[in-house]
Amino acid sequence: MTWTFLIDALVTVIGITTPILLAASGELVVEKSGVINLGIEGMMLVGAITGFAVAFEFSNPWIGIGAAALAGVATSMIFAVLVLSLGTNQVATGLALTIFGIGLSSLIGTNYTGFAALPFDPPFPDALVQHPIWRVIFGHSVFVYFAFLLVFTIGWFLSSTRAGLVLRSVGENDFSAHSIGYPVVAIRFAAIAFGGAIAGIAGANFSMVITPMWAEQMTAGRGWIALALVVFAGWRAGRLLAGAYFFGVLMTLELYAKASGYAIIPSQFWAAMPYLIAVAVLAFISSRDGKSGKEPACLGKPFLPNG
Amino acid sequence: MRLVLEKRLEQSQLMLIMTPILSVIGVMIIGVILFDALGFDGFDAVWQLFITPVIDSYKWRDVATKAAPLILIGLGLSIGNRAKIWNIGAEGQYIVGALSAAGISVLTQDLTGFWIIPLMLLGGMVGGAVYAAVPAGLKTRYGVSEVLSSLMLVYVSLQLLSYLITGPWKDPNGMNFPQTAQLTEAQLLPRELGDSGLPPGLLFALVAMIIFAVIVDRTVFGFSIRTIGEAPQAARFGGFKSNQIVWSALMISGAMAGLAGTLEVMQLTRLNLGFPSGYGFTAIIVSLLGRSNPIGVFIAGIVLAVTYVGGQVAQTVVHVPNATAGLFQALILFAILASDLIVRYKIKIKTNRLQVQS
Amino acid sequence: MTTNARPRDWIARLEMRSITKAFPGVIANSDVHLSVQPGEIHALLGENGAGKSTLVKMIYGIMAPDSGTMLWEGQEYRAPNPRAARKQGIGMVFQHFSLFEAMDVVENIALGLDSAISRSALDREIRAVMDKYGLRLDPRRIIATLSVGERQRIEIVRALLLNPCLLIMDEPTSVLTPQEVEDLFVTLRRLASEGCSILYISHKLHEIVELCDRATILRGGKVVATCDPRKETPRSMGEMMIGSDFADPARGVANTQGAVRLSMRDLSLPKPDDFGVALQSISFDVHAGEIFGIAGVAGNGQNELLDALSGESLADRNDAIRIDKDPMGRLGPTKRRALGLCAVPEERNGHAAIGNFTLADNAFLSARTRMGLDPNGIIDRSGAEAYAQAVIKRFSVKALGPRALAGSLSGGNLQKFIMGREILQNPSVLVICQPTWGVDAGSAAAIHQAIIDLANAGSAVIVISQDLDELLRLCDRLSVINGGKLSASRVVNEVSVEELGLLMGGHHDQTIASGGTHAPRA
Repeated sequence: MTWTFLIDALVTVIGITTPILLAASGELVVEKSGVINLGIEGMMLVGAITGFAVAFEFSNPWIGIGAAALAGVATSMIFAVLVLSLGTNQVATGLALTIFGIGLSSLIGTNYTGFAALPFDPPFPDALVQHPIWRVIFGHSVFVYFAFLLVFTIGWFLSSTRAGLVLRSVGENDFSAHSIGYPVVAIRFAAIAFGGAIAGIAGANFSMVITPMWAEQMTAGRGWIALALVVFAGWRAGRLLAGAYFFGVLMTLELYAKASGYAIIPSQFWAAMPYLIAVAVLAFISSRDGKSGKEPACLGKPFLPNG
Repeated sequence: MRLVLEKRLEQSQLMLIMTPILSVIGVMIIGVILFDALGFDGFDAVWQLFITPVIDSYKWRDVATKAAPLILIGLGLSIGNRAKIWNIGAEGQYIVGALSAAGISVLTQDLTGFWIIPLMLLGGMVGGAVYAAVPAGLKTRYGVSEVLSSLMLVYVSLQLLSYLITGPWKDPNGMNFPQTAQLTEAQLLPRELGDSGLPPGLLFALVAMIIFAVIVDRTVFGFSIRTIGEAPQAARFGGFKSNQIVWSALMISGAMAGLAGTLEVMQLTRLNLGFPSGYGFTAIIVSLLGRSNPIGVFIAGIVLAVTYVGGQVAQTVVHVPNATAGLFQALILFAILASDLIVRYKIKIKTNRLQVQS
Repeated sequence: MTTNARPRDWIARLEMRSITKAFPGVIANSDVHLSVQPGEIHALLGENGAGKSTLVKMIYGIMAPDSGTMLWEGQEYRAPNPRAARKQGIGMVFQHFSLFEAMDVVENIALGLDSAISRSALDREIRAVMDKYGLRLDPRRIIATLSVGERQRIEIVRALLLNPCLLIMDEPTSVLTPQEVEDLFVTLRRLASEGCSILYISHKLHEIVELCDRATILRGGKVVATCDPRKETPRSMGEMMIGSDFADPARGVANTQGAVRLSMRDLSLPKPDDFGVALQSISFDVHAGEIFGIAGVAGNGQNELLDALSGESLADRNDAIRIDKDPMGRLGPTKRRALGLCAVPEERNGHAAIGNFTLADNAFLSARTRMGLDPNGIIDRSGAEAYAQAVIKRFSVKALGPRALAGSLSGGNLQKFIMGREILQNPSVLVICQPTWGVDAGSAAAIHQAIIDLANAGSAVIVISQDLDELLRLCDRLSVINGGKLSASRVVNEVSVEELGLLMGGHHDQTIASGGTHAPRA
C-alpha cells in the first residue's frame, strides 16, 4: 500500500515537473544568449491551445506537438522582432507577450473549451508498465523522455560545443562578439525561436497530457516558476534538473494536501508554497552569488549594432 | 534601397505625444483585419470595442469606474518606470490593499464614525505599500530582481485572498458563499460625485494626477527618480541613494495599488473570489502608454478602461470572446513599445547609390 | 609565414585610395590615401576624433566606406565583415579589448578563430606562439583575473595565431606601463622583421619616433602629411597633428607650503565588485594652492579612489578623510559638497553627466547644494538655467544654451562644461579623474589652465590621470597608484620617468638607482 503510494507519488512528481523543466530549459538557452524573455507563460498558453486543437482536429498527437512548437516559435518571434530589431525593453515586451498569449489562447480556445484531449499514451508497450517499478521508468508520456533528453543535450551543447561557446559569448559580451564578427542579432533570434518552440511544447504537455483538456490560463503561473528556476540553477543545466524536481515535489505536495483534506494547514498555504519558496530561494541565491554571480553579463540589455 | 536608422540628437517631443495616439489607431486597424480573419465582423467588433463606450453616454459611468483604479495604479507604476524599477506585482499589492481595507471593515462592522473610511483608505495604502516592501527589501538587501519577486507575490496574494474569504473573514450570514460581509453605511463612500453619475474613485484619480505631476516635475525627489532611471552612476554622483529610490518607488506604487484596491472594495461593497481583475497588470500598459507622464497616464487609463467596457459590449453585440479586450490591450502595449523607435531614431530611406559628401 | 617572405616592395600590402566615410553630423574620413608596405611599421597618427579608428574599422570590415577603394597586394579588396578581413590575413588588436570576462584565455582565443579546433590542440598552439614571441600568460586563467597588459597579450596571441600579413594595433600602449611598452615594441619589431606589416595607431609622438618606419598624419578626417618619423621630432609631428603650435599652460610658481586642505589617512576599502580593485591603506595630504597628481595604469584603483573621495563609496571611519580638518569619511556626496569637496569622475557619459538631460538639469545634478538651487526640496529651474548659462559663458562651451541636451555636445565641450560646473562652485578641494581623456587639444589646454587657476586661487586640486605627460606638466607632486596601493609622493621636479614607470609596474620597494633621465617639464 505504502509502496504503491510512493510509486504513484513519484510518477506524479515526474509528470508535474516536466513542463517546468521544459520551459526552463528553453529559457536557459535564451538567457545564455543575453536575452530575458518574460513571455514564457504566454508562449506556453499559445502552445497549449494550439497543440490541443491541432491534435484534436487531425486526431494525431504528434502533429499537435509539432504545431505547438511552431506556435511557440511564431509567438516568440513577435518578441524577437520588437526586442532585437526595434530595441524595445525586454521586461516590458516579455510582459506584453504574456498578456498577448493569454488573450490569443483564450480567443482560439473558445471553441475548444469543455472537450477532453485526444488520448496520448506513453510510448512504451503496456507490458513494460505492468510492474509498478517499471512504471516509474516506462510509464510516462513522451514529453518526460523528451525533457530529460533536452536538458542533457543543452548542458552538453553549452559546455562542449563551439556553437554553444559562441552563444555564451554573445550573452557575455555582445559588443565584443559583434566586433569579432559573430552575428549577435541572428544568434539571439535563433535562441529566442528555440525557447519559443520549447515553451510551446511545454504548453502542449499541459493540455494534451497533464490536465488533459483546454482551460483558460491553464498554465497557472508555471511559466514564471520556470523563469525563477533559471536563476535558481545559476544558469547551469544540471542544477536546472535538480531545481525543477524540487519544485515538482512542492507542487505534488499541494495536490496530496488538497486530496487528503487535511485541515490544520489550509490548502491555500500549499498552493502558495512554490511561489514563497521561489522568492526565498531567489533571495538565497542572489545573496550568495552576489551581483556578478553566474548571470550572463549582457542579460536584458538591448543591443543595436549601429547605435 | 534600404531603411536606415539614425539616432536623433534629442527625443522628438512631437513623436513622444503622437506615438501613443498612433499606436491606438494602428491597433484598431490591426483589430479589424484580425477579427475579419477570425470570421467575425471586424469593423463592427472594433467599433463596439473602442467607439461605442465613448459615444454612448450610458457607458461613461462604467468607463470612469474602470478608469479610476487603472489611473491610480498606473500613476504609482509610472514612478517605477522612470526609475527603471519594474514592479510587475501591482496586482498583488492591489489585492493585499483590498484585503487590508476589508480586514478593517470586518473589525469595524458594528461601529460608526467619520474616521472609519479614512482608516480603511489608509489601511489599504499601508497594506499595499508593505506588500511592495517585500520585493524592495529583497532587491536592496540581496539583489533579487524585483520583476520575479513582485510577480511571485501576486500568486501568493491570490491564495491569501482565497484563504481569508473562505475562512476567517467569511460572511457569517452569507449562506456559506466565499465572500466577506457587506460593507456598512459607515464604511462606504457615496455612490457618485454629487449627481454627476461619476464614481468617487475618479476624483481620487484626478487629485492623484495633480500631486504626481508636481512631484515628478518640480521636486528633487522627482529629479532623483528620473536620474537613477537614466544613469544610476550619475545618480550616485549626484548624491542620490539608489536603495532609497528603490524603496520609495516600490512602496509608492504599492500604496497606490492598495488605494485602488480599497476603493474597488468600497465600489463592490464586499470582497469575493472574483475580486482579482487584472487591473494591476493592465495598469502597467496604462503607465507605459501614458509615457509615465501623469497627464498621459490619466488619458491612457481612460483608453484602457474603454477597451474593458467595449470588450463587454463587443461580446454581447458581435459575440467575440471575452478575452478580446486583453488581446487588444497587449497589442496596444506592443505598438507603444515598438513606436519608441521613432521617438529615438529617424528612419531614413537610403538608396544604394553612393552619395557625394560635401 | 612564407607569404611574407617574398620581397614585393613595389606593391603595397595595403593601399587605400580616396576613402570617405560619413556619420550623421560628422565626416569621419574624407578622401584618405594610405599605403602600407610589407614589413613596415606604419604609424597612423592623429588626435582623438581625427578619424583613425574609423579608418582601420573599414580595413577590418567592421564598417564599409561610403566611397573609395582599397587594394590588397595590388588586387581590389573588400571586407564585408571582420571574418573576411581575417581570411585575407589582417589581424587587429583593439583599444577596447573584445574579451569575455567570465571565460578563460583558451575559450577567448577560440572565439577569435574562424575554424573549430580542439581545446588541447589550441592550447598547444597558444603556447607555441607565446614562446616564439616571448609573451607570458597561463592559457587557463579567467579573464576577470588578468591585468590590462595581460589582456592585451591575449588579443595579440589571438591575432598572431592567424599568421597575419597586416597587424593593426589601435592605441596599444595607452594602458601599459613604460616597461610593458618596451616588451611590446620588442614583439612588434620581431614581427616586422619577419615581413608582417604593422599599422600602429597612436597619438603618442615619442613612441612613433621610436618605433615606426613611416607615419600618416590625420587631422579632422583628412590626411595632412606622410613623413618619416625618424627624420622628425615629436614637436614637429605634434604641430602637424594639431595644426597649430603647442600651447603650454602657464603654471607659475608651484606651491606646496599652504595649509593642508584635504587629508586621507589609512583608507582601505574592499573591492566594489568582482572586477574592481580594493584600496589598501591609502594616506596622503594635499595643501592649499597645490596640484597633486596620481599616476597609474588603468584599472589599478583610480576609479575606486575617486569614488572614495567624492563620497560615492563611504570610508569605514569618519576620520579617514578630512577636509579643512572636518572629518567626512562617512558622509555622502551631497554633504561633502556642502563642506567644499567637488569631484569630476572619469566617465563623462552616465557618470559625470547624463546625455539625455539638459545642461540645466546636469548643472542641477551636482551644483544644487552649493548654489542653493533646491530650496525645500523644490527645483529652482530658472536658477539652474542661469547657473548653466554662467558655466557655458565662462568656459566658452559650444552649446545652444542651458536647454541643450548634454549628449548633443562634443566630448571636449561637455568636459569643459563639467569642469566649469564644479569650478564655479568654488570648491576648497577639487578631485578630477582623467581631465582631458578624449578631449581635443584646444579644450584640453583650456581645462589645464582652469585647473591651474583654481589652484592659484588657493584650492587644493587632485588630478588622477593615466597620461604621464599631462601630470608632469601640471602637478607639483605625484604619487603612483598600483594594485590599490598609493606610493609615497614625489616632487615632480625630482622624479624620473623611469622611476615612475617602475612604480606603475608595481615595484614599490625597489630602490631606484640614480641616473635616470629627468622628466621634461614646461
